[in-house]
Amino acid sequence: MTTLLAVVVALAALIPLAYVLQSAYDAGWSTAEQLIFRPRIGELFANTAKLIGLAVPLSVLLGVGAALVVERTDLPGRSLLALLFAAPLAVPAFVASYAWATVWPSIGGLSGAVLISVAAYFPFVYIPVMATLRRLDPAVEESARALGLGPAAVLWRVVLPQLRLPILGGALLVAMHLLAEYGAFASIRFDTFTTAIYDQFQSTFASAAASMMAGVLVLCCLLLLIGEAGVRGRQRYARLGPGVARRGRPARLGWWSLPVWVGVLVVLATTLGVPGWSITRWLISGGNAVWTSDLVSTLLTTTVYGVIAGVVTVAAALPIAWLAVRHPGRWVRALEGSTFVAASIPGIVVGLAFVSYAIRYAQPLYQTAPLLVAAYAVLFLPRAVVTLRAGIAQAPPSLEEAARSLGASAPAAFVRVALRLIAPTVGASIALSFLGIAGELTATLLLAPTGTRTLATEFWALSGEIDYAGAAPYALLLVVLSLPMTYLLFRQSRKVAGL
Amino acid sequence: MIASRQRLRRTVALALPLSLALPLAACGSSGSGGSSSSSNGSAGGSSSSTSAAAAGGATSSSAAAKPTGAITVYNAQHESLGKEWIDGFTKATGVKVNVRNGSDTEMANQIVAEGKASPADVFLTENSPSMTIVENKGLFAKVDANTLADVPQQYRPSTGMWTGIAARSTVFAYDKSKLKPNQLPASIMDLAKPEWKGRWGASPSGADFQAIVSAMLQLKGKDATLAWLRAMKTNAKPFKGNSTVMKAVNSGQIDGGVIYHYYYFGDQAKTGENSKNVGLHYFGKQDPGAFVSVSGGGVLKSSKNPTAAQAFLNYVVSKQGQEVLQNGTSFEYPVGSQVPANSKLKPLSQLGAPAVDPAKLNSPEVVTLMQDAGLL
Repeated sequence: MTTLLAVVVALAALIPLAYVLQSAYDAGWSTAEQLIFRPRIGELFANTAKLIGLAVPLSVLLGVGAALVVERTDLPGRSLLALLFAAPLAVPAFVASYAWATVWPSIGGLSGAVLISVAAYFPFVYIPVMATLRRLDPAVEESARALGLGPAAVLWRVVLPQLRLPILGGALLVAMHLLAEYGAFASIRFDTFTTAIYDQFQSTFASAAASMMAGVLVLCCLLLLIGEAGVRGRQRYARLGPGVARRGRPARLGWWSLPVWVGVLVVLATTLGVPGWSITRWLISGGNAVWTSDLVSTLLTTTVYGVIAGVVTVAAALPIAWLAVRHPGRWVRALEGSTFVAASIPGIVVGLAFVSYAIRYAQPLYQTAPLLVAAYAVLFLPRAVVTLRAGIAQAPPSLEEAARSLGASAPAAFVRVALRLIAPTVGASIALSFLGIAGELTATLLLAPTGTRTLATEFWALSGEIDYAGAAPYALLLVVLSLPMTYLLFRQSRKVAGL
Repeated sequence: MIASRQRLRRTVALALPLSLALPLAACGSSGSGGSSSSSNGSAGGSSSSTSAAAAGGATSSSAAAKPTGAITVYNAQHESLGKEWIDGFTKATGVKVNVRNGSDTEMANQIVAEGKASPADVFLTENSPSMTIVENKGLFAKVDANTLADVPQQYRPSTGMWTGIAARSTVFAYDKSKLKPNQLPASIMDLAKPEWKGRWGASPSGADFQAIVSAMLQLKGKDATLAWLRAMKTNAKPFKGNSTVMKAVNSGQIDGGVIYHYYYFGDQAKTGENSKNVGLHYFGKQDPGAFVSVSGGGVLKSSKNPTAAQAFLNYVVSKQGQEVLQNGTSFEYPVGSQVPANSKLKPLSQLGAPAVDPAKLNSPEVVTLMQDAGLL
């Protein structure tokens, strides 16, 4: 049953890939060759590679550092900090980009792109790492200390290895987002495959050239996936033995807390200060005129889509995540990988695939809400799978086995034991999906029913005409709408998995 | 006893996972949170008294049926301008208009992909090449004669399958603090010279710029155009969108940029903060860089409400619709019903625009050339 559901979902997730391959096939080899082996593609590849090579390690460094600060030190105010580090998730990358362009008009190129991406995406590493740190059994570290390791060695040899899953999952998510990000880079003159695909789309709608670029992008994604799988390994991460993990003892910073605080403030100013300041600035300069009646309907639309599509996404992700943790194997890996492939395909291509196939084979679905929800589910499946996977990995199978031995059937054991254990994670992944959906731009532009406007599309339309003041209320609402979800995600991830 | 209770539990438990799949099934029926943007807001038009007759084309000799019902407009014009026309039309006729916003080429090709099943009744663009794409596929219906009568011949194709609804002039927006009038390029072709390396910008992915290149292609031929585009790859900084190009000129990132005229006037009318250092240079002298691009409007053959669709197009080129251009915030040139341009603009007749046949502007060829040059 689980397997069947997982296969159905994976197949749906592969629709965009099928579209890309079909376009390539239709174009024929000589056209494909012309479109792929040209200097422009090399340029884009170099840009994309540099971006990932810089932004992913920096995000990991920042995410793990932030998690260690809030979970493993006695820094005053760390419980508030813990929340503030997650808050950038509520600022969509293209809003961050708009904010940075406000304070630094000539921002652009690789450095600008790296700055904005790290600021926008490091919480993808921070949140799962922080959640895992909270649940680690200090007994393991204490044993290491007792065996003569110093604190730095414990961190390196005991703590970090246990963080491997959340770090890799988070890094992979960041990389995938970088591959597929459009809005943030379009406004700062940095070209990646995705921005180039969007250019092609604007010039031709659904063209072979765009599909070829998407094909190259999928290959990049596969490389990343294979890389991640290779590094991930197959260790077990759940606790063994009786009892429950205690909370670890925080490290005393002493006079170190000053430099740490300085670093923390720099990060907060970069990730939250700049967007906050810029949006405020535009709101003030816009005055009352920018608060139009359209805001309310747009907010409502965005919320409804976010909730419905968020639930659908997580329901679709659950079987795959379950199999990935409990029945790992080569072909489950392939299933899981297929969901990721869709994420590396930018929203614009997912949009084009759904539009083209709907026009051709499912006319009644064309420009309808269900089709948009389906596209959202495909786009945000990986987020949900990664989050769920980490949660399921923390639920020891032995508890279900115990339930089984006491007479519960497999489904009953799943619902009454495992589902309870992973409930917080389910909530968290709905929240995470919601965040992505609320800020999704390109697929929404293509697939939304005529007349449907979301905060993201309105913001984009206005900021594209450099009506920054008019766009500010939409940016503000996007952030405000995302904040409770970010908080929910944060709280759920901090909860020790249990009852 | 105990065993039977367990069996009951087992049955319940079996049913539960199935409920996980319910949200999937439920999503089909709910979730059309979309708000149909019919218009009831304040129309930005200047006129106060409107009547259905004015919109239906009072000049029409044929007793045209009164437009009713609803239409869908695929609007590739600026959203704000499209909204002003739509609001004014709805106010005058009561016809509900659903609008889908996008950009020229993408929407033209979308309509082509949709074919006969297209939900669009009317298509509005910023540049004519996209109208040609749709026309070449035979998807337009002939525009009503009384609508065509409102627009001079040079602003519409001889086929009568669509009509001009507005016009815009190419300009070289430059940084007044960096360039003196005698340092400005005499022709757009000069921007290919090495001395312009790294100093100018444009938005190559936009239909606006591609329309300018299509004019160059018609006037100068393929080889010269491709050579110019290759030089542009070396010399120019690419931006996304004309507003962004102007902003970059204003902030000193580039000395100048090839855009359309109205971005400058629109910004000046607002706060002027993105154009305070910007001057406009009109190439004139029938240079390709003096190209005047015609925005188009057409009615789809597949329209299920042709009466209302034709009435809408008629409204756009009517005195009332064109006055939106004269008095509104778009600062584009009116082309119909003898409505003069906003007094702030350099009159169309003084621009020295080259003679270009809008029906022969070849945008697919331009995209291929730009791919060749590595700009796309």
